[in-house]
Amino acid sequence: MTTPIVPPPKKDPQKRTRVPTRPSELRSRAALGLAAAAAEGRFMLQVCGECGAIQYPPRDACAACLSVDLPWKDVSPAGRLMAETTVRTSTNVYFRERTPWRIGTVKLDAGPSIMCHVHGDVERGGTVRIVNRLDKSGQGVFFALPSEETPAMEDDPQLREMSCDPKYRRVLITDARSENAVALAKAFSDAQASIIFVGEAESWRAYPHRAALAAIPNVEILPLDVTDTQSVNELAGEIGGKTDILVNNARFVRPGGIMDRGDTVFARDEMEVNFLGLMRLAQAFGPAMRGRGADGQSSATAWVNILSVYAYSNMPAFGAFSASNAAAYSLSQCLRAEMRPGGVRVMNVYTGPTEDAWHQPLPPPKVAPAALARAIIAGLKDGLEDVFVGDVAKDLIEKWRAGAKILEREMTEAGGGET
Amino acid sequence: MTVQAPNPAALLGDLATALASEAIEVIDLTHTLDQDFPVIVLPPEFGQCARFRMEEISAYDHRGPAWKWHNFTCCEHTGTHFDAPSHWISGRDIPNGNVDEIPADRFIGPVCVIDCSDGSKADEDFELTPEIIEAWEAKHGRIPEASWVLMRTDWSKRRGADYLNMREDGPHSPGPTPDAMKLLVNKRGIRGFGTETVGTDAGQGAHYTPPYPAHFFLHGAGRYGLQCLNNLDRLPPTGAMLIATPLKIKKGTGSPLRVIALVAREGGQ
Repeated sequence: MTTPIVPPPKKDPQKRTRVPTRPSELRSRAALGLAAAAAEGRFMLQVCGECGAIQYPPRDACAACLSVDLPWKDVSPAGRLMAETTVRTSTNVYFRERTPWRIGTVKLDAGPSIMCHVHGDVERGGTVRIVNRLDKSGQGVFFALPSEETPAMEDDPQLREMSCDPKYRRVLITDARSENAVALAKAFSDAQASIIFVGEAESWRAYPHRAALAAIPNVEILPLDVTDTQSVNELAGEIGGKTDILVNNARFVRPGGIMDRGDTVFARDEMEVNFLGLMRLAQAFGPAMRGRGADGQSSATAWVNILSVYAYSNMPAFGAFSASNAAAYSLSQCLRAEMRPGGVRVMNVYTGPTEDAWHQPLPPPKVAPAALARAIIAGLKDGLEDVFVGDVAKDLIEKWRAGAKILEREMTEAGGGET
Repeated sequence: MTVQAPNPAALLGDLATALASEAIEVIDLTHTLDQDFPVIVLPPEFGQCARFRMEEISAYDHRGPAWKWHNFTCCEHTGTHFDAPSHWISGRDIPNGNVDEIPADRFIGPVCVIDCSDGSKADEDFELTPEIIEAWEAKHGRIPEASWVLMRTDWSKRRGADYLNMREDGPHSPGPTPDAMKLLVNKRGIRGFGTETVGTDAGQGAHYTPPYPAHFFLHGAGRYGLQCLNNLDRLPPTGAMLIATPLKIKKGTGSPLRVIALVAREGGQ
């Protein structure tokens, strides 16, 4: 039985905040495939292209036939716990601070036996479901969960180390004016976030959903404009030290590419919000979040960017917007590197056209705010780095992986390539 | 029109003395350039007025140890600002219609202040009409040629969302009717017209014929606009001198600026 977590007591201001430490980061290059799969929450192993043998641990040549054709494939996560132990001390500082820590060996139905972290509710010899999670150093590790849901299983302390669960955490959502804000705040409220700060730009002009936003339990609306460095710094000064999850929901979208616009005014706005907005927020909120990556049960845990999937491959009908998102995507990789010492996850949520005024003439499917919010909460609970929400985004990333240049040719068909 | 002062050098000397003794007061009619000060809001598919923004270059630190300075960005029409004739389509062909081309003597002139504050308090769509102008003239004398004319509404005391006063049918704030602008521009030959609201026109000014009559008539005749003015309640109806010098922006259609007025202190000589 997992002991459900309770809202954390107020912090003792005389105690030093625990400095983030990390589990070992050393991996072979082949083993980084685990991190890539864990980034999307997929349980994958190398499967030999010649003899079909499933490999574990990751390697450069097939253990059965020495073939070097070892693509990563989704495999069945079902298995049985064969052996388990509880580590009570460790020379590694990260684990030393977190003992007792349960680990074990699981025999997968698919064949291999794997070493993994073990959830407290898994019975000895019981059936398990393996998930591939990113640990605090951003490496993919296997985690054995009970095959059936158990009460409050997400509160298992080991599992919470490898998720970014909003429960009893404090969230900042930027851009109250965006139509997404209500759905996002509602989803975090339902996920038991303790406070949901929502940043509001330009309080001098009204917007229709403000009352609905303010009515959501635990929502606090505060001034924040991501294009205004002083406003970002002021809010970070006030709540930077208690922002556990930051959701950058601000974005500026206008249709158009290069020649049909004829000026750089909207492009500048797109860069101001979509690229520099991210940078301002990261400069103001990043250091405190990184410093609080191990600050107890409700530590700072995740940074969420909502990006256009056309960051990967330009959609000429929204060409300049796509470019600003490509810039933000690149910057998010830099942010990952800078957040890594604190163990704070940077989760990018990629979406295709959204259900809003700027995408109104586009045909469905379009991503509704509620769907986006669901994907964000689910992604945080699974500790993901990359989430593709909606059919358009999922389809595009598959095509991009299959052949980025082919996709580019397809996207740049005369007419704008609205996939 | 040239008016000879009796003794210009003595006049300037007297002015200096009056300023030093505060017999003549300098009133600041300007709002602070603040990131949060409202700007005009247009339908979102149109280009928008850039908000005032400021980025620190250095602040006595590793980026510049002994000095602090900022880059700032804004629109020509952000904050308390000046509208040149080239701002409006009716003034596009006016010679010297850009801020850099306007002779500097055009920026200084006598100012008439028409108090519409009571009316604007009662009616947010209050209109400045020819009747109101004529009633003002009956009391204070005819508006002299080449005067600045300011419409006082006390709108500058409004804060937050009340300033633009946006509703689903657009903003609601006071302004002049087309006939009032025709009277001021064509019959009185004013230098320019200024308001405390975000524009020289009423919030609902798009619905007049012609739309935005203040912009249309002022700039079409090569006159100037001032908006987002402050402290108009500290000006007398007549007798003050207004100084409004926009930045000398090449081909600029307007500029944020510091607007000041010289006012004889009550009881002063």
